[in-house]
Order: sequence, then C-alpha cells, then structure tokens
Amino acid sequence: MFLFETDEHAELRKNARRFAETRIKPHASAWEEAEEFPRELYGEVARAGLLGVSYPEELGGMGGDISHALVASEEMVLAGHSVGTVVGVGSHGIALPPIVRLGTPEQKERFVRPVLTGEKISALGITEPGGGSDVASLRTTAVRDGDHYVVNGSKTFITSGVRADFVTTAVRTGGPGHGGVSLLVIERGTKGFTVGKKLKKTGWWATDTAELSFEECRVPVANLIGEENTGFYAIMMNFASERIYLAAQCVAIAELAYRESITYAKERHAFGKSLMGFQVTRHKLADMASRIAAARALTGEITIRYVRGEDVTSLAAKAKNVATDTCSFVCDQAVQIHGGNGYMREYLVERLYRDARLYPIGGGTREIMNEIISKTEGYG
Amino acid sequence: MKILVPLKRVADPDNANKVKVNAGKLVTTGLEWKPNPFDEYAVETALRLTENGTATKTRQGEVVVVTFGPKDSETTLRAMLGTGADRAIRVDTGDDQIDGDVVARALKALVEKEKPDLVLCGKQAVDGDSGQVGQQLAEYLGWPQATFAGSIESEGDKALLVGREVDGGTIKLRVELPAVVSVDLRIVAPKSVKSVHTPATHAYPEGVRFAALMAIMAAKKKPLAEVKLADLTSDAAPKIQYLDYELPPARKAGVKVKDVTELVTRLKTEAKVV
Ligand SMILES: Cc1cc2nc3c(=O)[nH]c(=O)nc-3n(C[C@H](O)[C@H](O)[C@H](O)COP(=O)(O)OP(=O)(O)OC[C@H]3O[C@@H](n4cnc5c(N)ncnc54)[C@H](O)[C@@H]3O)c2cc1C
Repeated sequence: MFLFETDEHAELRKNARRFAETRIKPHASAWEEAEEFPRELYGEVARAGLLGVSYPEELGGMGGDISHALVASEEMVLAGHSVGTVVGVGSHGIALPPIVRLGTPEQKERFVRPVLTGEKISALGITEPGGGSDVASLRTTAVRDGDHYVVNGSKTFITSGVRADFVTTAVRTGGPGHGGVSLLVIERGTKGFTVGKKLKKTGWWATDTAELSFEECRVPVANLIGEENTGFYAIMMNFASERIYLAAQCVAIAELAYRESITYAKERHAFGKSLMGFQVTRHKLADMASRIAAARALTGEITIRYVRGEDVTSLAAKAKNVATDTCSFVCDQAVQIHGGNGYMREYLVERLYRDARLYPIGGGTREIMNEIISKTEGYG
Repeated sequence: MKILVPLKRVADPDNANKVKVNAGKLVTTGLEWKPNPFDEYAVETALRLTENGTATKTRQGEVVVVTFGPKDSETTLRAMLGTGADRAIRVDTGDDQIDGDVVARALKALVEKEKPDLVLCGKQAVDGDSGQVGQQLAEYLGWPQATFAGSIESEGDKALLVGREVDGGTIKLRVELPAVVSVDLRIVAPKSVKSVHTPATHAYPEGVRFAALMAIMAAKKKPLAEVKLADLTSDAAPKIQYLDYELPPARKAGVKVKDVTELVTRLKTEAKVV
C-alpha cells in the first residue's frame, strides 16, 4: 500500500482485486503461454470501471488521478498474476495522455472515448528500428500534402501494436532535432500502414509487441495532435507519467515475487526444516522487503508531487531506476529461494524474473535515466 | 419503491486464519473487514429493483443501507453508497455487544421510522451463521416474509413473486408489500431480479456490480446518519451469551498412499470407515 492511499483507493483496490482474481488469474498462465489475451478483456475491464481510471468523466473516464490508476494496476498485477495482460490492457496509459492533454474536442471524441469503453485499442509509437533512446533523431517523416500528411518510415517494439486500432505516432514534420517532431494519430486500415509480425520477447508474453511500417501512408491533417513541430515536448511530458507507471509496476512485480517467496519458503523443506528455518533465507527476504519499501516510498512520493503539478522529470528518472533495480534484485532473489523450481515455467517467479528484465530498457533505459538526472542536477 | 437493506461487516473469510482467541475472547484487531457477501447480494438486489438496468445512475426509488457497529464500520456503508445506495445509517454499537435479536428489535424501530416498502437482507452472515435477523424482524413487524430468495419479480411494486430453491425445483411465493425478504447466492445471476422498470430481456453481468471510481468519490458526500442504539430499543441486552471461543484444531499432515489397495486397507484398519 502506498502512503497516499485513502479509503477511495482501498475500495478501488478491492474492485481491481475482485476483477483480476476472477477474470485474469484463472487464465494467467494460458494467456502468457499463448502470447495473447482475448480482445474482449478490454471491454470487461472497462465495465468493471478499471480502464478509465484517471481519465475525465466527460470523456467516458472514471475520474481520479494517476494515484488511482497506479493502485488499480498494482492490484491487477498482484491478484491477476499476469504482468503481460495488465500492461497490454494498459497500453492506453501511454497512447492517450497526449490526446487528452492537447487534442481537440473532436479528436478526444474520436480517439479517447472508444478506448475507454474498451471498443478500440491504442498504442504509442516512438521507438524506431534505428534507435529509441535518441528520440530527437527519429526518422519517420510526415510531409504535408494538402489535407494530408504523407508518412514514410517505421516503428518497432510497439506495445499492443499488433491489435491497435490507432497509434499515437511520433513523426518528423520539420527540420532535424527535437524542434521538427510532431504527434500524429495513425489509424489501422490507412493505406500504406502495415503491421509486421508479432515480436518474440523475453517476458511480457501476454502482451503483443509489433513492428509497424508506413509507406506513402496518407494521414488526415485532422489527426495532428497539438501544434506542428511541438511534439517533442508532449513526448517528454508523457515520458514522465509513463515512468511513474513503470516504477509502480516494478513495485507490484517485486511485491508479488516477494509474497510468492514467503509462501514457498514456509512450505519447502531441506535438511529437516523449512527454508524459512534458515537465517540466510530470512535475511534474503528481509533485504527484499527493505528494497521494496524504499521503492514504494519513492514511487509514492513522486506520485504525490506529480498530482500536485510539480515538475518531476528528474525525480521520475530516479524513481524509475530505483524501482527497476529493486524489481530486478527481488525477482532474482525470488528465483534463488525457489531453487530449481524457480527456473521452471510452472512457477510464477520464473515468469516475473523474465518480466522484470524489460524495466531497465522500456520507457527510457537505465542509462538514459542517468543522463536526465545528470542534466537536471547540472553536473556540466 | 423504498428499500431498507441491513448489512454487517465480517472478517474477510479468506483470511480466517488470522482470527485469534485470547482468554476466551475473539481478538479482532488486525483483521480485514468485508461486507457480508449475502448482504452485498441484498444491496445488489435492491439496486436492480430500483433501476431500469441500463441507466444505473438513476434510482427509481430509494435504497437505504444500515449497519450496526463502531465508527470504522462506516467504511462498509460508504462502499455500498459507492455502488449506488442513496443513504446510510449507522447504529452505534460495539462489535460484540449485540445479537440477532437486539438487531431485529432495533431494526423494527428503524423500519417504523423509515417506512420502507421492503426490507431486503442476506440469508445469513458468514461469520456467525445465525441466520435469524430477517425472520425475527418480520415477526416483530407482523410483515409477510420470504426467505432465501433465488429470484424476485416485482408485480407493480405492490407484491413480489419470490422464487426459493428447494429439493427438486423452485417454489414461488407471492408476498404483498411491505415485506421482509432474505436473499441467497443465486439472486445475483444475470436474470434473477425483474423490476417494473427493467425490460424483461435485460441481463446483468453475473455477481454484484463494481463501483465506478467517481461513484466511490461521490459516496463521501452522500448522507450517513448515526443513531444511538438506545434510541431504537429500550432493551439492548443481548439474549445470547457467548461463554467461550476455541480455534479449530490444526489440521494434521496427511499420508500418501501408493495404490488403491493400500488406500482401501487404511480406510478399513485405520479410518475404520469401510
Ligand atoms: C517489451 C517492450 C515494449 C516496448 N514498448 C514500446 C512502445 O509501446 N512504444 C515505443 O515507442 N517504444 C517501446 N519500446 C521501446 C523502448 O522504449 C526502447 O527499447 C528504449 O527506449 C531503448 O531504445 P533502443 O532499444 O533503441 O536502444 P538504444 O537506444 O539503441 O540503446 C542501446 C543501449 O545504448 C545505451 N545508450 C544509448 N544512448 C546512450 C547515451 N547517450 N549514454 C549512455 N548509454 C546510451 C542504452 O542505454 C542501451 O543500453 C518497448 C521496448 C520493449 C522491449
């Protein structure tokens, strides 16, 4: 539980737990192994009031802010046991905010509302095969031609990209560098937009990840989000909230791996006593618990600051790295406590260990986080 | 239709192993509380009876929830206000100073004040499993009652056709309002409740509804009144005395048998059941 949680958060947690226990957990392994969860799940999550959390009611959302969204998503991971499913269902968390923040009323109706009811799936397309860290150098171009932009280029590692009905896409509308970047919503079925094969990954199996390509793809100017050539700023704003989400996911995954380890350590016996009977095991768990407490505290703090409207660019980078390291450490220890079973696909911690590997990479790498911190701290 | 739903919180049955006994008393500190599941079904039933199935924010009538307990039991009431109940009443008591009979007599006084058309309650609470309050209340009020309802059909909000599952079929009872009805698990099946406002074809999702976040937040502003137990009944002394509590014995480890022959032998010689 985060320190910021109120009775409202507690009620929301209960809802998320009830939903995930009945609708995700029984299928968690099957969906992860199948590398897909049913599309209908989006609608079910929406009807349970969990998809629109933190989005305004006027757009079909459930109200609340990011603190509520984090709690709902943490509880879905804890009770649902499928990180891939939760991040797949949650891909709108990075695809919609720029539209909510900068879109016209008409764009919000077209793109935000149907996603929050679970009818449409959305994705965010920033990363390109040529590189993801250096966003300002992206190469996908969008050249204005009358009422349309003609888009050429490709994107990769796009979460929910295989099934997405539209992709909030970063394109180059202007000159080189960050001043030439815009955000364009590109819809599935637009001529010249093709979705490549589903990519095979280390973890996050239940979510699909795709490479997308655009060839002379004509996108209406009406799909431009915000003003031309101001997209870079919107992307950076979006990264801040994405990193808070990712930090909270790390806390959730670590918490789950920790809980699984406690159960296992009590049940498993060696040398005539339970694993819990060994001080080494207890101290491993104590280290895990301490790191989780630290990551949770920092994630909680940044959430409060973000809700207050503070600039959290640097703290988001710090929180993401702290939470990421916690998650990697805890999942590694969890596998160790499980011994050979921890290396077997039947055991949840094996999957969590693989899921954990994404976090120092996705949403900005660990090194890029340190670059951001270096800049804001003014190391020169 | 105005409906009164009495409900109680119970220790989370999934964490029942946390219940402790100290010097013959139940220790409830550190327990997680949940609304009694059957009471949640009663609230869901009340909501279904007072809406048209699709516009679930518009209540065609009033749903009032009431609980007996200390201040922190208001969380349970707020949760129900979040799912759609209009108003809540907390009768201030400790958790262990009351029994079913006190509750029934206090509810009688509350019913006379509130004048609902229907009192809907769960068939029993999953902690004590007494299953008495609904029946006693009907007796004290002199109202008709139908217990363990698996389905309810409103007949113009003048009477209810209540289905009760029995061995080999369903009995249908017609009760004229005002009445007391207690509900069973099946009442939250998709088509178990038919209100006068809902099209006959309407199917609800299985189970009790999820409260939307904005409704959870708005529930803070809905009226929640506190009533003193002494204002409802002059005789608040419980008739049931709990003398002692004992935890169930810890389960012994089982044995693994290698084949059916050994199983049968052990059933004969050790368990002596065959
Ligand atoms: C499962 C998954 C899902 C993803 N989902 C999405 C999505 O939905 N949308 C999206 O747009 N992207 C998505 N990504 C992409 C992700 O954001 C990028 O992988 C990430 O930003 C890194 O970019 P890259 O892979 O091109 O690595 P590169 O940029 O090529 O970096 C390679 C290595 O070089 C290091 N490096 C680079 N620059 C520097 C520097 N200046 N100083 C020090 N070290 C440096 C990096 O830290 C890294 O270790 C996803 C990735 C994965 C794996």
